[in-house]
Amino acid sequence: MTDILEANNLQKTFGKLVAVNDLSFEVKEGEILGMMGPNGAGKTTVFNLLTGTYKPDAGRIIFKGQDITQKSSSKRCRLGIGRTYQIPRPFDKMSVFENLLVAAVHGGELKEKHARGKISDIMDLTGLSSVKDRLAGGLPLLDRKRLEMGRALATQPSLILLDEIAGGLTEGETEEVLKIVKEIQKRGITIVWIEHILAMMSEGVDRLLVISEGRWLKCGNPGEVMNSEEVLQCYLGAEEE
Amino acid sequence: MESLLQPILNGVLLGGLYAVIAIGMSTMFGIVKLVNLAHGDLMIMSSYLSLVIVAWLGVNPLWSLLGVVPVMFFVGFFIQDFLINRVLGKEMEPPLLVAFGLSIIVQNFLLLIFTPDARSLTTDLAVKTIPLGEHLNLAVLYLVDFLLGGAVILAVYLFFKNTYMGRAIRAASDDEMGASLMGVNTRKIYAYAMGIAMMTAGVAGVLVGMTFTFYPHTGPQYLIIAMGVVIIGGLGSMKGCLAGGLILALAQLLGAHFTSPGYQLLFGYGALLVVLGLRPQGLFGGKI
Repeated sequence: MTDILEANNLQKTFGKLVAVNDLSFEVKEGEILGMMGPNGAGKTTVFNLLTGTYKPDAGRIIFKGQDITQKSSSKRCRLGIGRTYQIPRPFDKMSVFENLLVAAVHGGELKEKHARGKISDIMDLTGLSSVKDRLAGGLPLLDRKRLEMGRALATQPSLILLDEIAGGLTEGETEEVLKIVKEIQKRGITIVWIEHILAMMSEGVDRLLVISEGRWLKCGNPGEVMNSEEVLQCYLGAEEE
Repeated sequence: MESLLQPILNGVLLGGLYAVIAIGMSTMFGIVKLVNLAHGDLMIMSSYLSLVIVAWLGVNPLWSLLGVVPVMFFVGFFIQDFLINRVLGKEMEPPLLVAFGLSIIVQNFLLLIFTPDARSLTTDLAVKTIPLGEHLNLAVLYLVDFLLGGAVILAVYLFFKNTYMGRAIRAASDDEMGASLMGVNTRKIYAYAMGIAMMTAGVAGVLVGMTFTFYPHTGPQYLIIAMGVVIIGGLGSMKGCLAGGLILALAQLLGAHFTSPGYQLLFGYGALLVVLGLRPQGLFGGKI
């Protein structure tokens, strides 16, 4: 498999806090790469760097062979990077359908006529059809999470960054989300997925990357990574003498 | 009682004009959170533009809208894209200062070209009235102001609701970063929004020029009216603009009716203070 995305020596500091520290990793086309780490490890900052919300202090981001480090968020979206937020932030005063339409027309660069067909398909996949005319601001959490995924899909991405998409959901809802994520992968879309739920990570991802204090800690097969000494030590703390 | 009907009728019709004066300012505040201090001056600039077209082609000022409105779109687009966008996101003061500087430049540019003399856009509509009763007349020009103003507000509303550009503008005003991540080029969208706001200012400028006299320094007077309307109605609300225009105009004309025309402004801004006291966010504004 070829690499769809490469992050090379990324560095981001906020004042004296080093949020991302010389971090390098690659994402292979078609895979689901899980990303884990303790709170404050810098996972969301990495997403913000990949989507252009933050510009890195150093390092480069290569997407489909193109250096996108200095490109704007909107340009990156149109190139094929979609993302969801840990706390959903849809356009509250717009309907579910309008939210998807904005993403499809601007991010996906589809004509409105073609976008409508695409949106219908996305609503079927994410289970949003029954709430398509409701204002996004009034949706319950699960539907807001579905809408996050739907909007990211509507931008016609090759790569989706999922930020704790199952966070705050019940067990049943989490399973539903996992099904949607797997279906997205089946459609040939690559996924990078931040999640704290260990079961989902071991079951749902092809490779697992663990970062700690903004640094690369371990990457590989989920089972091996979770049981590795470095990761256990990072999560459980160093064994006392 | 019948004598009271005349100021009420005039107040309602004038309210429509006030609403169209304010709609562009309200729109830009709602979308970019920009208080455009040059709004009144740019509106008066379009009155002068209309004056030039009327003098050149000898047409009715209403026909000059065909030239004024597109020109004002490009003026607005240019101002936002090349001036205001460069200072957005750097606290509130820099865009305010840019708009303030623009206001001074426009006023002095108009002064240089057109001299300080008072002008007006002459039209035979100004002397036409429709008698509705013994002491009640409908001024045709005020009716045109009201109808055209209402049509502009309706058009802006439908544009924002139903077009792909309108939806992008709403998305960017709701969550700028979220819209960027959906592929919306927010800075370009802001430029289009300013272009649309200036198109409405163009219509307002022609209507104001037909209804009242104007000179290069009249802009701030209309900026104050626009601010009053926007504050009463609620920042960024289109319904609020209409309601704010009606309340401000009615308060002014009824106040003048019961006291003297010299107290018009006092009553208008008395109404503004009452609304602010009861509902600080304005009638249709979100919670502050």
